[in-house]
Amino acid sequence: MNPVTYQRASSLAEAVRLAESSQLLGGGTNLVDLMRKGVERPSQLTDVTALSAAIAATDDGRLVIGAAARNSAVAAHPLVRSRHPMLSRAILAGASAQVRNMATVGGNLMQRTRCLYFADVAGSRCNKRQPGSGCDAAGGFERYHAIIGASPACSATHPSDMCVALAALDADVRIVGPAGKRTVALVDFHRLPEDRPDQETALKQGEVIEAIEIPDAPFAARSDYRKVRDRASYAFALVSVASGLTLREGRIDEIRIAFGGIAPKPWRAYRAEAALRGVVPTAEAFKAAADLELAEATPLAGNAFKIALAKRTLAAVLTDLSGDDR
Amino acid sequence: MAIRVNGTEVDPPEDARVSLLDLLRERLQLTGTKVGCNQGACGACTVLLDGNRVLSCLTLAVQADGREVTTIEGLADGDGLHPLQAAFIEHDGFQCGYCTPGQICAASAMLREVTEGVPSYVTADLAEEHITLSREEIRERMSGNLCRCGAHNGIIDAILQVATEKAA
Repeated sequence: MNPVTYQRASSLAEAVRLAESSQLLGGGTNLVDLMRKGVERPSQLTDVTALSAAIAATDDGRLVIGAAARNSAVAAHPLVRSRHPMLSRAILAGASAQVRNMATVGGNLMQRTRCLYFADVAGSRCNKRQPGSGCDAAGGFERYHAIIGASPACSATHPSDMCVALAALDADVRIVGPAGKRTVALVDFHRLPEDRPDQETALKQGEVIEAIEIPDAPFAARSDYRKVRDRASYAFALVSVASGLTLREGRIDEIRIAFGGIAPKPWRAYRAEAALRGVVPTAEAFKAAADLELAEATPLAGNAFKIALAKRTLAAVLTDLSGDDR
Repeated sequence: MAIRVNGTEVDPPEDARVSLLDLLRERLQLTGTKVGCNQGACGACTVLLDGNRVLSCLTLAVQADGREVTTIEGLADGDGLHPLQAAFIEHDGFQCGYCTPGQICAASAMLREVTEGVPSYVTADLAEEHITLSREEIRERMSGNLCRCGAHNGIIDAILQVATEKAA
């Protein structure tokens, strides 16, 4: 690990001032590991875990979660469990209890892919780590890579479970920088790789994530997150689905769907949502919507199974959510 | 400021790169906490930070400044065994013993989480405030601690016994 200085930001203003020349440190579950591997080489760290970790509802029902809130605190919060169960379930599906106790909400948004080639500094070329150097994942071990939204330069997946639920929940990211405050929708916060896979988010140098905001909505209360992985727990997703819906007179009224594990960013399934709005929930309708969403999937040699897996996982979640016992 | 380790105040290291794990083992000679993968995948380095289970390999020691660290050495009451330590012995919850300090630190925090009503991924009803600690719940909640000897069934038996005694 390269030599590094460490300081704690005691206020948002101080964090913004320090962010220009340093890398922000949350729980360290990803950054410290990447520093040890030589993927990240900051010379200055600014610890932002002393900033707001509050979780509270506003008067208009929006839930505001401070960026320093620990993942475990969000998952266990009574308001999240009752109003946004898919968010609790998504966080609880991720990592281990130890990691969730450490990891912050802001850090979860900023975490890097777990592509093995990205982490292998000594042995692999990677366009995300070193733009223009090539990609050794192509033709390699592609099981965990993307089937949609990828580019020839990079097919690495976004590893977060939490962000998949936030994408489905219409969450916003509140950002503070030298020029003031701005808000970016979670679905626009992460970007697709195209020819610059090293540019992963809308956050600019010098900006700090202040909080996440989630609107209150009936579909969020009737929601779930299902994760399919290679072992029962403590593994990244092959495929995951976050969804919530409401029914009116036997038809789907509001619906939100997002996939994890299949794309370079949390994949909001707008086409499937549009196909299901106003429709009687049947196995045929779920299959048609999944087929439509994944029609443009372009799998690699090692991950074509994800197309069928994504469709079946979506159908299973929607069958459960539209059932009478909900 | 200082780091409180098992009740004793310790200066944080000057070099920010020192992990909490290395501080404990190499500078304080508290070698009960083990180095496993050193990348957050195995749980052998689990300690309690302000009472919560964390991975000391991915925690920079400077991040623990002003906070309270409890290791396996601080969990027992003097020379007397912690109830989890006694239960691990009774149920053969280990063979080589390398993962055991991390398992026991994690289990002690896990049992507190359960009494606080913290749900897990396998908890059927997230709104339920009372958690019934089944074997499935323990497996999920302890999935961050690997045992390569394969003593997981004994580990679950040991934890279940202590949980049952606590509830009684």
